[in-house]
Amino acid sequence: MLHENKQITGTDYAAQKKAKLGVLLFFVYTFIYIGFVAIGLTNPQWMGIEILGGQTLAIVYGFGLIFLAIIMGFIYNYLCTKLENKMNQES
Amino acid sequence: MTYEVSNIAIIIFLFIVGMVLGLSFYFARKTKSASSYYAAGGKIHWAVNGVAFAGDYLSAASFLGISGMIAYSGYDGFLYSIGYLAGWVVALFLVAEPLKKLGKYTFTDALDSKFNSKSIKLAASISTLIVSVFYLIPQMVGAGDLVVPLLGLPHWMGVVIVGSIVIFIVATAGMTSTTYVQFIKGALLVVFSTVLTIYILKNGLKLTPTENYHKFAQLEAVVTQDTIVSAPNASYVVKNTKVVDKNVFVSVEKDQATGWYKLNVKDGKTTLDEMLYTSVGVDGVKLYNGAPKADKKFFQVGHLSKIVVDGKEVDKTGPVGPFEFIKSVENSEVVRFTKKAFKDGENSVVVWYQNPTSGKDIMKPGLLYKISNDVGASIWDKLNFVSLMLALFLGTSALPHILIRYYTVPSQRAARKSTIVAIALIGFFYILTLFMGIGAMINGVLDLESSNMSGPLLAKSFGIGIFSIISAIAFATVLGTVAGLIVASSGAIAHDFIDKYLEVKMTDDKKVKAGKISAIVVGLFAILLGILFKGMNVSFLVGLAFAVAASANLPAILFLLFWKKTTAQGISWSIFVGIVSSIGIILFSPTMYEKYGLIPKDAPIPLDNPGIISIPLAVITIIVVSLMTQKKETTA
Repeated sequence: MLHENKQITGTDYAAQKKAKLGVLLFFVYTFIYIGFVAIGLTNPQWMGIEILGGQTLAIVYGFGLIFLAIIMGFIYNYLCTKLENKMNQES
Repeated sequence: MTYEVSNIAIIIFLFIVGMVLGLSFYFARKTKSASSYYAAGGKIHWAVNGVAFAGDYLSAASFLGISGMIAYSGYDGFLYSIGYLAGWVVALFLVAEPLKKLGKYTFTDALDSKFNSKSIKLAASISTLIVSVFYLIPQMVGAGDLVVPLLGLPHWMGVVIVGSIVIFIVATAGMTSTTYVQFIKGALLVVFSTVLTIYILKNGLKLTPTENYHKFAQLEAVVTQDTIVSAPNASYVVKNTKVVDKNVFVSVEKDQATGWYKLNVKDGKTTLDEMLYTSVGVDGVKLYNGAPKADKKFFQVGHLSKIVVDGKEVDKTGPVGPFEFIKSVENSEVVRFTKKAFKDGENSVVVWYQNPTSGKDIMKPGLLYKISNDVGASIWDKLNFVSLMLALFLGTSALPHILIRYYTVPSQRAARKSTIVAIALIGFFYILTLFMGIGAMINGVLDLESSNMSGPLLAKSFGIGIFSIISAIAFATVLGTVAGLIVASSGAIAHDFIDKYLEVKMTDDKKVKAGKISAIVVGLFAILLGILFKGMNVSFLVGLAFAVAASANLPAILFLLFWKKTTAQGISWSIFVGIVSSIGIILFSPTMYEKYGLIPKDAPIPLDNPGIISIPLAVITIIVVSLMTQKKETTA
């Protein structure tokens, strides 16, 4: 089975920068998520408007929120790994 | 509804359950220490853990509940998919790594790592237990629903079977076996949901879903005064009329049988349209469309009344691509079935009438959550919508059975990577839920008594093979999730409460034993609740669990991680206020009033989802109490 040897993780010098990056990305996503809820609340009829390739705002925004979470996840991991490699090597 | 039982289905079901049990036996031999029981020794590979995360998360609520909710309410069900996934953003960006750094076995360990406070241990262990039990209810309800068509057993037996198997799994093996069960199940669920979606797209849209789909009767009617209805000829006799929420329901005797019809006026033509109904008399006997259940008169439903492609009406579309499928449904008209209940003399009658709905309305929010002023949405309706979206967004990263999975991997980096694997898999699966839900809505498979079975019944319409595999995976889904929840609950009782709070001295062996005994007790309790909550949509119930978790746990976690002035008292009080306010609102909500047999409109709090009130309350509590207890902390 795919077991990893238990690693001892020492001080992570990148922790603070990673946390800041995480908070930033969280706010970006939250802002977009709030936009979806706000449209549903104030102008639900907009959800039926075709905006891209014949698809409505409801479909594009809904699918978009799912895909965006995946894409931002990969970006976050890439940047964090880069930070860890750089800062933990330097120290 | 009565179902034909298939031997192949039973064999595949037994095979998958056997595989799960075999795996548990294998790992049971390896589980010796407390670390192994609660956190799989912290040695699971991030990729395996990521898929297991997906397995944990894609519970009965996702596969059974969301598909069912979409099948009945269109896009509003898909809101759950969007919210459930968005919640992972909070988990990944804010919680995953710091929490991994702080904890050992449980979420309480992490919360308490800075303070070593008895009140935190007590509050967090109670919260873990309550949230896990709330989450357990829908899983058990889903299990009961599944065995009805799969094995031809009554609902309560499904609940008992799942409860017993899981108690056995958890009491023998713990987190390692739970992880691998979830890994296999998570992967199988995504693969076979993809297969099911391909079937749906290949099948396309058809006016007649199946060859033997029921042809709904439509009778001509004459209205002499507002609700007095008479027959234009002697082919039927009007026995009774009932007006419920402005709908006129008519009891008609035709060919020596009585049935309920709905009076409709369209284009100047007055008709009586056949409905499905159940009635329970004073003797307690329930009839389905006027006959005993075994007569199979309560048929499956769900069809399109109009299909429009390129501006032209057609009978069927043939195979379609995913976006073409969505577009075609938007341009068409779907017949949904709306439920109403009333008293007819001493009989309690429930009817489901045909409700033709524009595809455009199906594919945007508004059918379940009234948010448009055009349909008279009140401020409470709008708050319900916001409250749901808030609870889903904030609930994921506060679920104890999800949080404990961060302790099964060896490092913070592994915690992060496994979260990303989970997001990708779960996100892909949630896209599929829209197709599975709409597929069930238009393919004549809906069992009107149980929205939870829409996904598996859709699979059944494509063949007994895929039905049995999907149902067995769904059953394993329940097994795995319940196992994870019971490990989390037993951790709360044995590790957080008995070991840490009461400080009962125990050897490592005894700790594992205490965990196992706790698991058995929680399992038995879950069986009881699963039977009591029969008939409710599992995704709705999970939405409530999310609200309780988001109210009780998330403010505590986030303030601990990001606000230096947070104190132990602040955390404990916030958890208690979150639990009490969220559960209090749920208990006095319209849905629970309906469950108590009272009138939903009489509920003192018109909110079904408590998050909008209880989450801010918990946040205010942690800020105020922490500020009030600053001095004590610094001088201590």
